Amino acid sequence: MTVTQRSSLLARTISTPIILIAILIAIALLAKFVGSGPFSRTIVEMFIRVMLVAGLYIFVGNSGVISFGHIGFMCIGAYAAAWFTIPPAMKGVTLQGLPSFLAHAQLPFLVSTALAGLLAAIFALIVGRIMMRLAGIAASIATFAMLAVINVVYSNWDSVTGGTGSIVGIPFYTGIWTALGGAILVVIIAYLYQISRSGLALRAGRDEATAAAASGIDIVRERHIAFVISAFTIGVAGAIYGHFLGVVNPDAFYLGVTFITLSMLVVGGMNSLSGAVIGVIVISTIIQLLRWLEKGIDLGGATLSIPNGLQEITIGLVMIVILMFRPAGLTRNREIVWRFWPVKRAQSAAEPVLRNEHAQARN
Amino acid sequence: MTAVLQIIFDALSLGSLYAIGALGIALIFGVMRLVNFAHGDYISFCVFAMLWPSIDAAAVVFAGNLPTFILIPLILAIGAGISVLSEILVFRRFRNANPATMMIASFALGFVIKHFLLMLFSSRPKSIDLWSNLSLPVEIAGARIPLLQVITIIITIVILIGLTAFLKRTRFGLEMRAAAENFTMARMLGVKANRVIMLAFAISGMLAAAIGLILATQSGTADIQMGVSVMLVAFIATVIGGLGSLPGAVIAGFLIGGVSVLMQVILPLDARPFRDAFVYAAVIACLIWRPQGLFAPKSAKQRV
Repeated sequence: MTVTQRSSLLARTISTPIILIAILIAIALLAKFVGSGPFSRTIVEMFIRVMLVAGLYIFVGNSGVISFGHIGFMCIGAYAAAWFTIPPAMKGVTLQGLPSFLAHAQLPFLVSTALAGLLAAIFALIVGRIMMRLAGIAASIATFAMLAVINVVYSNWDSVTGGTGSIVGIPFYTGIWTALGGAILVVIIAYLYQISRSGLALRAGRDEATAAAASGIDIVRERHIAFVISAFTIGVAGAIYGHFLGVVNPDAFYLGVTFITLSMLVVGGMNSLSGAVIGVIVISTIIQLLRWLEKGIDLGGATLSIPNGLQEITIGLVMIVILMFRPAGLTRNREIVWRFWPVKRAQSAAEPVLRNEHAQARN
Repeated sequence: MTAVLQIIFDALSLGSLYAIGALGIALIFGVMRLVNFAHGDYISFCVFAMLWPSIDAAAVVFAGNLPTFILIPLILAIGAGISVLSEILVFRRFRNANPATMMIASFALGFVIKHFLLMLFSSRPKSIDLWSNLSLPVEIAGARIPLLQVITIIITIVILIGLTAFLKRTRFGLEMRAAAENFTMARMLGVKANRVIMLAFAISGMLAAAIGLILATQSGTADIQMGVSVMLVAFIATVIGGLGSLPGAVIAGFLIGGVSVLMQVILPLDARPFRDAFVYAAVIACLIWRPQGLFAPKSAKQRV
């Protein structure tokens, strides 16, 4: 084993999450200094998307299986947050079917959010046990079917979920710092998973399934672990989103969010954590700029504005053009590393670290 | 007996839509490994092509007023046109990209088409009157079946026979089947890649237009969302049938239609709102039972 002679994996790759977290903190500070209400809300939405996309990345990026189902976990998390935190008096009216221990409970924010993530993770543990045997496009379709099942159940189980109508009265706990904290938490979890033994094994299985299996990697098991962890993070994101809007309804957690988060991941670079975060930041920024343009910008007396609806058309075209020129995403599936990192410099070259990691891990 | 006949016709006409949709997706997947999420938006585009752009609730029918024998070829041509155009402008540049990238590109294209329609027509569903006398029932062996259902099934059968004849009897069809089996090998044996792919897109677009015409006649409305739900089920059918297998896609389309209608009948009343959940659970079960699909072509098997 040569591992002892090399500096540890943690020391060589830690600059990536530090840079990403620094970027997120900088954005939060910017929002704080600009100080306008609508702008802060945009930034909170962006942080929640960072949670979703980085959480999605834990599974999709490491396993190479496109999942259309993860927004289902967001739905589970958001509804769980509603069940745990809406004042019991209100629940007695709107959600009469809740079991009594839920109907009378009102948990503090951190406990309820952790439980919301846990509920999503337990669900993933159960369904993943069956579904993770699938690979490739069959797995993608199975995850989509899972999303549809969750959506149908939450839309029709009226006494517990309020049906297709919205549940109101979720306390507003999410501000910019909560959302920032959530985004940082998910980035750290995603980073720790991708340098963990399971993460490296799963990436090996993604790149060379046969060779990985021959080296004793149980791909189905590693995929299942990633599925559960990412379900937890997305469940937490759902809870935070619920506390941000104060309202949940099942159709907010369906195809629209599924596709926008997947697009952000692929445009950023599906196989790297940096890609997940950068994808969200870039796409969110472009969307925001176009929204401002739609509203009109004052240019020395003359107002420059684009017609309504052009924003969505432009964002679609921008994504197509980015993918044309960078099929592997904006980051080209590499991680952002700080080249002057002391341990890194001692190494031979400024190569992309994680790309080569599985090769070394297998030796 | 009459109830059974009614169920069979319901199942067949719903299955027809899914089967035609699945065929359109499977054709393109076969030649370029692209899962075309824009397919649903081609369907909506073809429906809205019959209207004059306006944001009023009442639709201003334009092309829809043309006599049937001109209207149908025109809409089919529009479907083929937008499909081929998207190949030339977008998908051609993604020939060597990985499937995830192509999938997201197709989704982004669908997004653009959808919002283009939204900008011209607004999001309100519009009523549209196409051959409304077709919804009158006809009597078949004692059961009252809407004439449109019968016509839908007949049209589907005609499309399937025509396409089978095209694929089996003509040179283009032969090339296309060869390309679907093994694209690289087909090119080495002299099949022109661009021609085959454009042809696949054209046929797929025409199939989307056919669905659009049927849907618009059935529902009497033009709605931006109308293509998406058909496309999603069709996409599932393609995978269950075995990606790359055209007969598999058609059979799986009919199968899903049949299961949906059957569930509606046999589920207890309390569980009926959850019908789709049962259908999708059946989809997962089917995938776990046959991950390659029910009718996977031999070439789809992974070689190690």
